Amino acid sequence: MNTISMTVNGKTVSAEAEGRTLLSGFLREGLGLTGTHVGCDTSQCGACVVHVDGKPVKSCSVLAMDVAGSEIRTIEGMANSDGSLNAIQQAFQDHHGLQCGFCTPGMVMAAAALLAENPRPTEAEIRDYLEGNICRCTGYQNIVKAVMAASGQDVSEMSAIAAQ
Amino acid sequence: MYAFDFVKPATLSDAVAAMEQEGAQALAGGQTLLPTMKQRLNAPDILISLNGIAELRGVRREEDALVIGAATTHTEVARDAAADYPGLAALAGQIGDPSVRNRGTLGGSVANNDPSACYPAAVLGSGATIATSKREIAADDFFQGMFATALDDDELITAIRFPIPHKAAYAKFHQPASRFALTGAFVANFGDGVRVAITGASEEGVFRWTEAEAALSDNFDAAALDGLTLPAKGMIGDLHGTPEYRAHLVAVMTRRAVAAAR
Amino acid sequence: MPKDGIGASTKRREDVRFLTGNGRYTDDINLRGQAYVHFLRSDVAHGRIRAIDTSAAEEMPGVIRIFTAEDFAHAGGLPCGWQVTDKHGQPMQEPKHPILAEGKVRHVGDPICAVVAETLEQARDAAEEIELDIEELPAVIDMRKALEDGATKVHDDLNSNLCYDWGFVEENKEAVDKAFSEAAHVVSVDLVNNRLCANPMEARVAIGDYDPWNDQHTLYTTSQNPHVIRLLMGAFVLSLPEHKLRIVAPDVGGGFGSKIYHYAEEAFCTHAAKILKQPVKWTSTRSEAFISDAHARDHVSKIELALDKDHNFTAIRSTTLANMGAYLSTFAPSIPTWLHGTLMAGPYKTPLIYVNVKAVFTNTVAVDAYRGAGRPEATFQLERVIDKAARELGVDGVELRRKNFIKPDEFPYQTPVALEYDSGNFHATMDKMLELSDYANLDARVQESRENGKLRGFGISQYIEACGIAPSNLVGQLGARAGLYETATVRVNATGSISVLTGCHSHGQGHETSFPQIVADMIGIDASQIDLVHGDTANTPMGMGTYGSRSVAVGGSALVKATNKIIDKAKKIAAHLLEAAPEDIELKDGKFSVAGTDKSVDWAGVTLAAYVPHNYPLEDLEPGLEETAFYDPNNFTFPSGCYGCEVEIDPETGKVDIVAFTAADDFGTVINPMIVEGQVHGGLAQGIGQALTEHCVYDENGQLLTGSFMDYTMPRADDLPVFKVDHSCATPCTHNPLGAKGCGEAGAIGSPPAVVNAVIDALHRAGHTHVQHIDMPVTPARVWAAMNTK
Repeated sequence: MNTISMTVNGKTVSAEAEGRTLLSGFLREGLGLTGTHVGCDTSQCGACVVHVDGKPVKSCSVLAMDVAGSEIRTIEGMANSDGSLNAIQQAFQDHHGLQCGFCTPGMVMAAAALLAENPRPTEAEIRDYLEGNICRCTGYQNIVKAVMAASGQDVSEMSAIAAQ
Repeated sequence: MYAFDFVKPATLSDAVAAMEQEGAQALAGGQTLLPTMKQRLNAPDILISLNGIAELRGVRREEDALVIGAATTHTEVARDAAADYPGLAALAGQIGDPSVRNRGTLGGSVANNDPSACYPAAVLGSGATIATSKREIAADDFFQGMFATALDDDELITAIRFPIPHKAAYAKFHQPASRFALTGAFVANFGDGVRVAITGASEEGVFRWTEAEAALSDNFDAAALDGLTLPAKGMIGDLHGTPEYRAHLVAVMTRRAVAAAR
Repeated sequence: MPKDGIGASTKRREDVRFLTGNGRYTDDINLRGQAYVHFLRSDVAHGRIRAIDTSAAEEMPGVIRIFTAEDFAHAGGLPCGWQVTDKHGQPMQEPKHPILAEGKVRHVGDPICAVVAETLEQARDAAEEIELDIEELPAVIDMRKALEDGATKVHDDLNSNLCYDWGFVEENKEAVDKAFSEAAHVVSVDLVNNRLCANPMEARVAIGDYDPWNDQHTLYTTSQNPHVIRLLMGAFVLSLPEHKLRIVAPDVGGGFGSKIYHYAEEAFCTHAAKILKQPVKWTSTRSEAFISDAHARDHVSKIELALDKDHNFTAIRSTTLANMGAYLSTFAPSIPTWLHGTLMAGPYKTPLIYVNVKAVFTNTVAVDAYRGAGRPEATFQLERVIDKAARELGVDGVELRRKNFIKPDEFPYQTPVALEYDSGNFHATMDKMLELSDYANLDARVQESRENGKLRGFGISQYIEACGIAPSNLVGQLGARAGLYETATVRVNATGSISVLTGCHSHGQGHETSFPQIVADMIGIDASQIDLVHGDTANTPMGMGTYGSRSVAVGGSALVKATNKIIDKAKKIAAHLLEAAPEDIELKDGKFSVAGTDKSVDWAGVTLAAYVPHNYPLEDLEPGLEETAFYDPNNFTFPSGCYGCEVEIDPETGKVDIVAFTAADDFGTVINPMIVEGQVHGGLAQGIGQALTEHCVYDENGQLLTGSFMDYTMPRADDLPVFKVDHSCATPCTHNPLGAKGCGEAGAIGSPPAVVNAVIDALHRAGHTHVQHIDMPVTPARVWAAMNTK
């Protein structure tokens, strides 16, 4: 066992880790931050996406010791400082961008990374960027819509034609 | 995963020294290695992370070539090679997905030589030179079949030198689940000759399609490939495509790469 | 009406915890002192266990105990919840499904030993030291070969690999044959409904816990129906009475059917926790899920349609081999029969129908329900053969369907396959779909694509499905071994807030938002005053859970019933307070008033009186305000609709892109349109996934070739278009109090044939008229091969 330290959501934390401890396991078991989920074992699904030094990575495919000393941001660190949902989170709620909620933390983290590098992405750019995040519930439409809305774009064209 | 010791040297010389230990295995981005280890299909005693070595990172122009450190991530190549070698940058930007590209590295991909990986096509198609901790290896000598390379067990790739062609492009047909290449064609026109490297298709791993090279060297136009086909024999057949389909895709993707080259 | 009543697109309250990382999924639970179990699973498809030597493994660090089948000699097998009777009146063959393999292993992934250790890695290390001596036997994989004389048997104690040979309606068989022999036209398609894996993003997890001082067992599990698990595991497997067994299914990350069933790992963890006197946790990896979760579909069928000279459908004959896998999963036998054969009329007036289904045991993972369950298979057969018929007869597919539709004034409509449709308007949904998809201008778009080197085509699928499976006495006659009612308890608190307790379970459906909308609407108070409690047998009434698009239609109806009881009693209390007769009391916007007067008392005034009964008719009424209702439907509900899919094919690669998809559904009454749209989107994505990308593939030795997301292709964001979704053509269900029909599965039922029909249309428009059918998934390689094989 080794004690490793990193900054997680702005706080310096230390916990025990083996060489084989994955960042996802370190966050979930070591720090109790269970918002980061593990949905596969082949680095495909993206439920485990967190930011390492500002960049999204799949925390199930990164060793905790390899990112010791880094700045980590997880879904638990995404809300506004008063605890309210941030613009992306709020857009996911407003546009029904989640159902079972399991892929959602990874989706929000990926979406935040996208908007940081591309503040007004097109629908195609969003779909392309989210190719590493699998959602089984939503068919992605409302996720794409939420990301567009979070970037301040008009999403009325993407609304389903629904009768009330 | 099986237990292992983890070390993260700060210099190349420390990493090279560490690699001489029994059971040592280099860890680059880990996007292939770690999933394999999770399945317990790989059991190193010591894992040596190359992610803390500054000298292995970065993209720099050296005359008519682009030299890229082995530990440079796909994201960095996609960004930093864009001005000098847009065809290579575009290839890097299509590997995996954004999160994978933030960890996966050039050296890791090339050393693994997955028969469906994208980078080997660029390295072979560019006629690049692989610099290692021991020597320099020409791409034509480096790739030796599925998951096989000229590297010794304790040898590390340090950088890859890509001659910059006049025009190049990569056309990739995705394996839809893994997002590796079901078939990918990298075409590079150097003015005095054309190289065509194909990934994803052959049971022998990445290869040069020499008939296409000859045709394109005479006339760098997709039409020059008309009627040119590859035999299905020796092509990969799996769930996602028969050998016949892959042989067909090789021609389609090569034509598309020629048309897209810039 | 309160702002968050029935019909309002209320934002989901549960989202806040999910969006901030504060959901509580089963794997997020860690109990003090818990041990971890790793299952050593078979790596061969079929074999006889000669010996198991665990002695070396037991000496490994951290090992607490290693279990084998012998440790479960006292326990029952995992029960099957539906007994199908074959066409000769005999019960199906029903093999035992042990918790750990007994004598034989029957599929890759069959659990043999369970290693419990202090850490998961220690358990895995120890499992590698177990010495297994297994004599490999020939694997039974192909269903046709499995039924041949002399075939290797999956279960030595059964007569054959045939689970049942079901005929429906057997008495119609000769008449159907006669109709075919006299038909002006006969059209047939041989097709495969591809094997799928549900793959909810949360893989399964089970944690067993035992409190010796109270003899209380608790199982935390990823289940869609905790009460069903308690009943099945308690009564049939571990012999635990319900009051000593609590099942908790907290936040569950999707189910789609795969989390209905009672699985071996649940029984194992529950039992081991008692034996070891410590909690035992199992978390499935994705790779493990592929070889242990129930798979789905996997039908090989021939569908035949007979028509008269005027193109009226005169008969349908459907013949199917249905893969059961190695064991009978909880509801497996019912899927190809009562959820499939009964739907073979579709929305059409076909007077004679005969369905034959042979269910087959193979050395593969068990197959059971997945979103749609039987109905997608039926719809796919019908809509493919009708599409082919239109092409062969040279008529418009739209007109051929319209001609044979059951007309809006013909409901209730009795089909020849047992169902009585209560409502629907197929012409309306067809017209709506054609309008929204701009079908009229399709030819111009086809031309535009052609100029860009692409092949465009349009596919139509008209479906009807059956949800809210019931009534219990009928399904009992059909072989169900459980009731299919649902329950609700409405617990009004003294100050007027309400806790709704349901036997349904929300794992993405948004019940925590939509169920309170129903009560808010009925009472006229704000939905924020109402909370939903679900997922724990300790604090919810016995209910059957969530699957088959039943929650609002059945659970919601139970909730209406319970709320009506509350309102009736509250009116009596209000009458006392207002010194009026109960029949003169009106409830509106949360206020009770005496008709024709200005005398009133608000909701909280009544609820307070119920719990602080100082001024209360104690001689006539019990204090308190809490009611439970059980609702057993009179009939199924019948959602229906019309889907249109527009595709573009790259002729060089065979890649199919869906460029537009329109869904016009009739779900009856809709509680929360936003949630309903989301359900349709998700169903469409899964149906399109089945049509284009998803496939569980075994090789001839029974090795699963698609054992991870590296080879099993889940649809991604860039594979799907923006869906146009409409539910304005609503004909309310006539027999439940909400008029709701259910919306969860429609998308997955109606979309696969629309996609395949579109692909065939595109190919035919481009002159590839030799292509009559392409089996799903319609991959680029298959399209290319079809185009280039004459």
